[in-house]
Amino acid sequence: MPRPFTPKVVTANALLEGDVVYLTEDNRWSRRLGEAELLEDEAHADLRLIEASRLQGKIVGAYLADARRGPDGPEPVHFRETFRSRGPSNYPHGKQVDLPHR
Amino acid sequence: MYRYDDFDSAFLAARNAQFRAQVTRRIDGSLTEDEFKPLRLMNGLYLQLHAYMLRVAIPYGSIDGVKMRKLAEIAERWDKGYGHFTTRQNIQFNWPKLQDVPDILDALAEVGMHAIQTSGNTIRNVTSDHFAGAAADEIADPRPYAELIRQWSTDHPEFQFLPRKFKVAVTGSPNDRAVTRAHDIGLRMIERDGQPGFEVIVGGGLGRTPLIGKVIRDFLPEAELLPYLEAVLHVYNRWGRRDNKYKARIKVTVHEAGLDTIRAEVEETFRRTRIEWPNGHAAALEQIRERFRTPDFVAGGAEAFEVAKADPVFRAWADTNLAEHRHPDYAIVTVSLKAHGATPGDATADQMRVLADLAERYGHDELRISHQQNVILPHVRKADLAIVHAMLLKAGLGTANVGLASDIIACPGMDYCALATARSIPVATELAKRIDALRIEHEVGPVQIKISGCINACGHHHVGHIGILGLDRAGVENYQITLGGDATETAAIGERAGPGFAYDEIVPAIERLLLAYLEEREGPTETFLQTYARVGLAPFKAALYGPEKQRDAA
Repeated sequence: MPRPFTPKVVTANALLEGDVVYLTEDNRWSRRLGEAELLEDEAHADLRLIEASRLQGKIVGAYLADARRGPDGPEPVHFRETFRSRGPSNYPHGKQVDLPHR
Repeated sequence: MYRYDDFDSAFLAARNAQFRAQVTRRIDGSLTEDEFKPLRLMNGLYLQLHAYMLRVAIPYGSIDGVKMRKLAEIAERWDKGYGHFTTRQNIQFNWPKLQDVPDILDALAEVGMHAIQTSGNTIRNVTSDHFAGAAADEIADPRPYAELIRQWSTDHPEFQFLPRKFKVAVTGSPNDRAVTRAHDIGLRMIERDGQPGFEVIVGGGLGRTPLIGKVIRDFLPEAELLPYLEAVLHVYNRWGRRDNKYKARIKVTVHEAGLDTIRAEVEETFRRTRIEWPNGHAAALEQIRERFRTPDFVAGGAEAFEVAKADPVFRAWADTNLAEHRHPDYAIVTVSLKAHGATPGDATADQMRVLADLAERYGHDELRISHQQNVILPHVRKADLAIVHAMLLKAGLGTANVGLASDIIACPGMDYCALATARSIPVATELAKRIDALRIEHEVGPVQIKISGCINACGHHHVGHIGILGLDRAGVENYQITLGGDATETAAIGERAGPGFAYDEIVPAIERLLLAYLEEREGPTETFLQTYARVGLAPFKAALYGPEKQRDAA
């Protein structure tokens, strides 16, 4: 039996700033994971990644990252994605500046 | 200090103009990322976890006040007010924006700095002894040789697409402070019949396949340095495995083919390269040497140092942070970038300016970056040590811990690096804070703790007396401990202590190790490494995992 599909989000880095960004349902690149489109179907996820990869003018290195549904939108599954969604832990230089509640 | 001539400056200006045009074409969409990536990497620009990262070369770790001040300006103007000094004696800026990078490179060029060959499968920044030109135990200043290698290897058309990156380290002292045995080529200066030359070590390296370098030539006369290096690179370029990235370093080539085979190939090739350099490089080396003049040392004043030692804070700092200078009235000052709880290797723009001021006023305008991620003032008069210390203290740079347990090497780890599998910085900062709270580090004495956040081993964990390697074990950070590594002329790869520890268990585990050492040692003069060599792994294993019986039952 095929393994159940772990939901995904499309994520990348912004071309100019390098910021971690997420693809939203309405084709924007958001800085917030919570605003990302949660992709629960594998074929749809693959399609969205191809569409994202066409947006080369704005982003770099799009890929599918595991995510799960949370009360405020998608949440990271792996700790690497947790760090990407927040910023470094030694200085308040990343997104944690905008996310004081986390 | 080497100063760029017109050729260097024109070359750099042309390269920067090229890159500016490439960045413009990437932003306007004429270049894809696949096309642009190798171009940006050739100029030291990586894309990391949260942002771009610009790695700027500090050749053989040598820098002066003007250059340090320029780094401060860049940190302030285009970054977030700080820079990160690395185990490769370079500096990394963690937050540049793509469109600003051409301006940053132009700013660097104003002071003869660049980011060329800080990435890619090329000959990387040549590293050296951070006490070069100042150490009491030195045969000759290794920096002219390092500069000669830099000039030869920069933009060398044959070596732009090697099988993999290639790192050369040079030391002028028998006491190896440049980790030459963990480099693709290590050059250790020696004398034979009164003639200067090198012991040539090849095939060392850390990473996923840690290997201690082997001596391929026990004595290479100084005059034959470049023809011989070129021969090694020719052989590597032909033999190195391009089929497998993880087997592409020269250490694997030497390991698989055998040292004798590679040596024979190199000697054969060397017969040709020697002919291609009919006049050698004596003239070039002479010109370079003129730019590395020994400062005019001022004699006297050492009594003031003895007087200043009455202050216990100064004395503690002097005990750990000073090293013997070749001139009796001078000392080598190591400025710790390891304040307890601070990120190892980071300096703020203000701190960089203080270091520049101190170098210019009290240090013959010389600074060094060490692979241990500290900054060195190599030539300070003993008469000036008290004032230098006072100014360092004021700038938050007066930590007296060089060579001690909290003087930790740590790679950026998963807080910044896209390759990392676990965090290193918070492990280092929490560990340093714990060591400080326990007030044991002066009692523990010399011990080197080195942390890497992945198997690529930028944090040199294999050669740490205590090495920590952060891994991803089924989606959880896990830290492996190795013991007994050695980064000096008696280089050794550490031995794995046993199963890894979770993130919140690693600091207490290291604490148990240090306390076990204090129990086991024969006296305060027996160092951690000596105790480990005498008693072996068993007592440390017991400290980490509990008594053996209990382990079996568990």
